[in-house]
Amino acid sequence: MKKYGLKIVVAICLVAILCVTSSCSDKAQNEKNIVNIYNWGEYIDKDLLTKFEEETGVKVIYSNFNTNEDMYVKLKNGGSNYDVVVPSDYMIEKMSNEDMLRPINWKNVPNLKYVDREYLYHSYDPNQKYSAPFFWGTLGIVYNTTLVEDPVESWEILWNKKYERQIVMLDSSRDSIGIALALLGYSMNATDFDQLKEAEALLKEQYPLVYAYLVDQTKDIMINGEAALAVMYSGDAVEALSENEDLAYAIPLEGSNLWFDAMVIPANAQHPENAEKFINFMLAPENAAQNAEFIWYSIPSTAAKELLEEELQNSEVAYPPKKVLEKLEVFRDPGDMVKIYDDIWQEVKNQ
Amino acid sequence: MKHFKNLSAPYVVWALIFIVVSLFMVIFYAFTGETGQFTTQHFVRFFSGSTLGTLFQSLKIALISTVICLIIGYPLAYIIAMSTSGRYRATAIMLIVIPMWMNFLLRTYAWVTILSKNGILNSLLRMVGLGPLDILYTDWAVVLGMVYNFLPFMILPIYTVLEKMDQGLIEAAADLGCNKVLTFVKVIFPLSLPGVVSGVAMVFIPAISTFEITALLGGNKTNLIGNVIEQQFTVTGDWHYGSAISVVLMLFLLVSLFFTDREERDKVHASASDMVDTHQDVAFPETNQQEVHYD
Repeated sequence: MKKYGLKIVVAICLVAILCVTSSCSDKAQNEKNIVNIYNWGEYIDKDLLTKFEEETGVKVIYSNFNTNEDMYVKLKNGGSNYDVVVPSDYMIEKMSNEDMLRPINWKNVPNLKYVDREYLYHSYDPNQKYSAPFFWGTLGIVYNTTLVEDPVESWEILWNKKYERQIVMLDSSRDSIGIALALLGYSMNATDFDQLKEAEALLKEQYPLVYAYLVDQTKDIMINGEAALAVMYSGDAVEALSENEDLAYAIPLEGSNLWFDAMVIPANAQHPENAEKFINFMLAPENAAQNAEFIWYSIPSTAAKELLEEELQNSEVAYPPKKVLEKLEVFRDPGDMVKIYDDIWQEVKNQ
Repeated sequence: MKHFKNLSAPYVVWALIFIVVSLFMVIFYAFTGETGQFTTQHFVRFFSGSTLGTLFQSLKIALISTVICLIIGYPLAYIIAMSTSGRYRATAIMLIVIPMWMNFLLRTYAWVTILSKNGILNSLLRMVGLGPLDILYTDWAVVLGMVYNFLPFMILPIYTVLEKMDQGLIEAAADLGCNKVLTFVKVIFPLSLPGVVSGVAMVFIPAISTFEITALLGGNKTNLIGNVIEQQFTVTGDWHYGSAISVVLMLFLLVSLFFTDREERDKVHASASDMVDTHQDVAFPETNQQEVHYD
């Protein structure tokens, strides 16, 4: 045992040395002229990063996250030093409530002027202090016109028995419960327990009709014509519609979700000036347009939109009329309610 | 030998960091709240909420998959092990192992293409004039995915035990008037039980905790305990509750392992002594008896 002990000590020392040296190299990096970006997977045209490096001389370190919560936990637990992060609306609200964000100095980000007024000052950042919108979109129904005869105007069609096992729902408690709440005429941000229970009953009723609860695979299923109706984000819808001309997109009359992913600077950012340079760069119309042509999602700037290809520019899926937008609701940070949402979602799927 | 012991030091450190420390972290998270104070509320939530239903659902699906694996896997292992040609045995085992060289997510994803509404299976069925089968995104697709992925883990341990079995015992049984069926029931099967037990454990444990198969083949309609845990970490962001469910699952598996282990060992004991009792005139060679005891 004694001998083992020695070996363990030696090995632990080795590990410790490794850690120290690697953190040293981290430090060396900190002093350099870099910007550390943390974004969703497949959410940027990488050519833009090269362009940014050439224009500013700032080196980009780029990494991906898959969900807001993954990103949140990583930032919350410390040890990370990102300069620019791109969370969604409700997560920005949560992070600013927890003092995790650093106010952006707009003097260094003059390109904010290209962002349209209707995409600013939303509930997640009412004073536009912390965030600069990156992409936005809506939630709606993609349907196959050869399989659906009825008009798609209401969320109610997702409860129509005619389409049993032809309906694909989103595997997301927030969006699915939101849809049920909207159909019932309540706010998609409802926190009233009785309203949520009603939504739960509605979703349970829908369960036998649902083909699957998916997120990423939905696009392929719709393109291949394997389901009639699917709940999708507008960005994915644009892409699906471009690959299969039988598909159409509708935002139901009851209202739906309007979402934003926006760039923020974490409170512990090591290179806030470089972060502001990057945010300014991404807000420049030509760069925003280049990114939008690559990702298909909607950009919050008319100046940038005008640079897009005609087809994308005129797409009502990506850029619905203002009248429709007015009825949409941005998700708020549910706080502790997230557990109730989670339990409801389990109940719905436990059948 | 002493020399080699030193080489295990990195492994000990590895195990300490990645097994022991992470295990304690899971337990720590399970018993603390957001501010770090001790609490058992996560367990109360588990046992009073919907997740308990998910656990039973998972047990059911894992059990069905394990039974099907056993029904398919045992005869297959038996046929391979009883072959007298060494080359045939080696080839057969290779054929079982080779698919495992490919990433299991890829193989599972391939099933999506096979089972989907306009997929390969339905195209074939249409060619022979049969109606389309709607299997993808049902419980049965999940069971199929589990059986497909975990079958080798059932076959290999059973095969190993059967192959090593002392042929003398089988011959002795025949000499004593057992026909083939009786030999199997009274000798071969009881002796292969250790292999069956490890096979069952190696299928049941990953089956109950998987979340990829349910997501890909079940379309998330079949909600298993693994999915709930994944959900806590990636979507809800509630590491404490996720850890608590993991702890419950670990306890569950530990307890069931302990029971099956004891039970099966007893059975092997019993059947061995049973054999000795009923055929008192036959003296088993000492070594064989030993082997039976410690198997």
